[in-house]
Amino acid sequence: MQIFHRATNTIAKASIYGALLLVGFILWACVQFQRSPYVTYAHVARPQPVPFSHEHHVGAIGIDCRYCHTSVENSNFAGIPPTKTCMNCHSEIWLGAGMLQPVRDSYATGKSLVWNRVDDLPDFVYFDHSIHINKGVGCNTCHGPVDRMPLMYNEGSLQMEWCLDCHRSPAKNLRPRDQVFNMRYEQPSTQKPLLYAGKVYTDQMALGADLVKQYHLRTVADITSCSTCHR
Amino acid sequence: MPNLRKFSPLLLLAIFAFVGCRQDMHDQPRYKPLAQSDFYPDMRSARQPVEGTVARGQLHEDTYFYTGMVGNKPGDYMPFPVTQDVLERGQQRFDIYCTPCHSRNGDGKGAVVQRGFQSPPSYHTDRLRNAPLGYFFGVITNGFGAMPDYAEQVPPRDRWDIVAYIRALQLSQNATQADVPAGQKVPSAAPEFRGDPGSGATLPLPAPPSQNKTGEDSK
Ligand code: HEC
Ligand code: HEC
Ligand code: HEC
Ligand code: HEC
Ligand code: HEC
Ligand code: HEC
Repeated sequence: MQIFHRATNTIAKASIYGALLLVGFILWACVQFQRSPYVTYAHVARPQPVPFSHEHHVGAIGIDCRYCHTSVENSNFAGIPPTKTCMNCHSEIWLGAGMLQPVRDSYATGKSLVWNRVDDLPDFVYFDHSIHINKGVGCNTCHGPVDRMPLMYNEGSLQMEWCLDCHRSPAKNLRPRDQVFNMRYEQPSTQKPLLYAGKVYTDQMALGADLVKQYHLRTVADITSCSTCHR
Repeated sequence: MPNLRKFSPLLLLAIFAFVGCRQDMHDQPRYKPLAQSDFYPDMRSARQPVEGTVARGQLHEDTYFYTGMVGNKPGDYMPFPVTQDVLERGQQRFDIYCTPCHSRNGDGKGAVVQRGFQSPPSYHTDRLRNAPLGYFFGVITNGFGAMPDYAEQVPPRDRWDIVAYIRALQLSQNATQADVPAGQKVPSAAPEFRGDPGSGATLPLPAPPSQNKTGEDSK
């Protein structure tokens, strides 16, 4: 006696492959989801108590990062400016602006402004700004075009693969140390050669290879070992 | 245990479903610098030291180095020898902290002044040219009139480097033909650094000489 139609055989077979495909698709979707801005918050601007604009302060006025982020060169923490730093200029500039009321209140009462963190690594990861700055990794290599950000967002996903992508071949991102804070730095190319230490470079890899030697970078095995970042 | 066997696919699913739901290791019970604290009434995890605390290395015995004053008058010497490194560091720090108002060449027409901040005096007046070095150190440390102090942002050693650089700037802006090697000319005006937005205080590298020529001239 035949209960099922013959075609069900094919359907049964197809459904096996279908199920496999479906599982594969779900896994793939999970991985993509995990890397999407929805999870990593990359390129999502955060609300802040004061709409502080790096575009105005860095891009238009030309203030150096270190004016506000004073400890970025010699500690792991870049530093967030105290209210006093804002008042250096805003004691006279935009004095009546309602937008700046929280800054003036904070200055008058001594209560801190509560900025929302933008880049936030999990606590089991060790990160240090000073070594990256002193080995010639530019701020905008990691943080993106800060001078064109009306509100701060993070450029990278800050996931492990993002760090490792650079640690596996740092040469492709290095620049002369004194250009680290230059937000308009361009890597050397044949159109835009770069004069550094008496040599003309037309190619990033050539410059990178020389800087790796000059700045005494450790081996790739060394800086990709787990205990570099998980200590 | 046949029951467990029946449920094992479900259990397996549950393991996958609840993976990564615990954030304990992401947010450990410690503070990142300047993080908010629920414990203290002022919400700061960064605590002020008790008043009168002298941390190791912060007993400021060498008073001239920390005040720039001899007795109650500003002194007119550097507390350490001036080398090329000192001047270069001074230039870098000056460009970071002072140029927004005083501009790169010290004429007091920086970007912030152009947007409404009170105009500082030019460094290239007789009064400031003759001011003792310790006076400049004092202005950075304590502020002056409308100018805020920079004691928090610039450590003492860097302040002295800036002072040395300001003196060099004053000499350079007042240079005469006798100061430069034969064959060179003193420019009639200071270079313009404006219109260089977005680079912070860092100037782009000079363009290499072969930029507009094509092909080989390196041999
Ligand atoms: C006038 C002061 C000022 C200057 C100059 C400045 N910043 Fe900031 N920066 C701030 C303040 C205030 C915040 C916190 C508010 C926010 O996130 O927008 C901040 C936040 C940031 C953050 C995000 C921090 C987080 O929460 O994770 C980054 C990254 C950053 N700045 C990079 C830079 C870089 C790169 C430069 C130089 C090109 C620079 N900043 C120059 C004041 C400044
Ligand atoms: C070196 C001087 C300087 C410092 C330090 C400074 N600002 Fe400003 N800020 C300015 C100037 C100049 C403007 C006006 C910009 C314009 O008119 O283009 C401005 C404008 C603003 C505005 C108005 C909106 C805008 O973006 O134009 C806000 C808000 C602001 N600043 C917040 C802050 C905060 C918060 C801090 C402290 C972290 C700070 N500023 C530190 C010079 C400064
Ligand atoms: C190698 C990549 C990298 C470079 C280069 C870099 N940053 Fe960061 N920055 C990060 C990461 C990652 C974080 C998040 C750190 C954390 O969560 O502990 C961060 C955080 C910050 C913060 C928030 C405060 C803090 O330290 O946690 C500021 C401000 C900042 N960076 C400014 C800068 C400035 C200014 C420069 C250039 C001088 C710079 N960064 C260069 C990766 C980088
Ligand atoms: C654009 C390139 C780049 C990126 C992105 C980057 N790094 Fe690095 N990192 C470097 C370089 C270059 C060094 C210096 C290696 C050396 O000294 O040999 C370094 C060194 C380090 C060190 C060694 C510090 C020490 O004192 O031993 C740590 C830790 C580190 N990075 C963590 C991170 C983490 C965590 C991330 C991701 C959030 C990251 N880095 C992203 C380029 C990068
Ligand atoms: C260059 C720095 C760096 C190195 C080297 C590194 N990691 Fe990571 N790792 C990170 C960062 C950053 C994260 C956080 C990723 C995130 O927030 O999604 C991370 C996350 C992880 C996680 C995930 C934890 C979780 O809950 O998501 C594991 C597991 C891990 N690392 C293991 C390792 C192992 C094993 C190695 C050595 C083979 C290693 N890491 C080397 C930077 C690094
Ligand atoms: C926010 C703008 C601003 C910044 C940044 C600034 N200054 Fe000033 N400075 C002023 C103003 C305004 C005056 C004039 C004050 C007055 O006459 O009330 C002044 C005056 C001075 C004077 C002259 C004092 C006199 O006797 O006339 C010196 C010297 C000086 N500044 C040095 C510095 C140094 C060094 C720095 C960097 C560390 C610096 N300033 C950064 C605004 C600034």
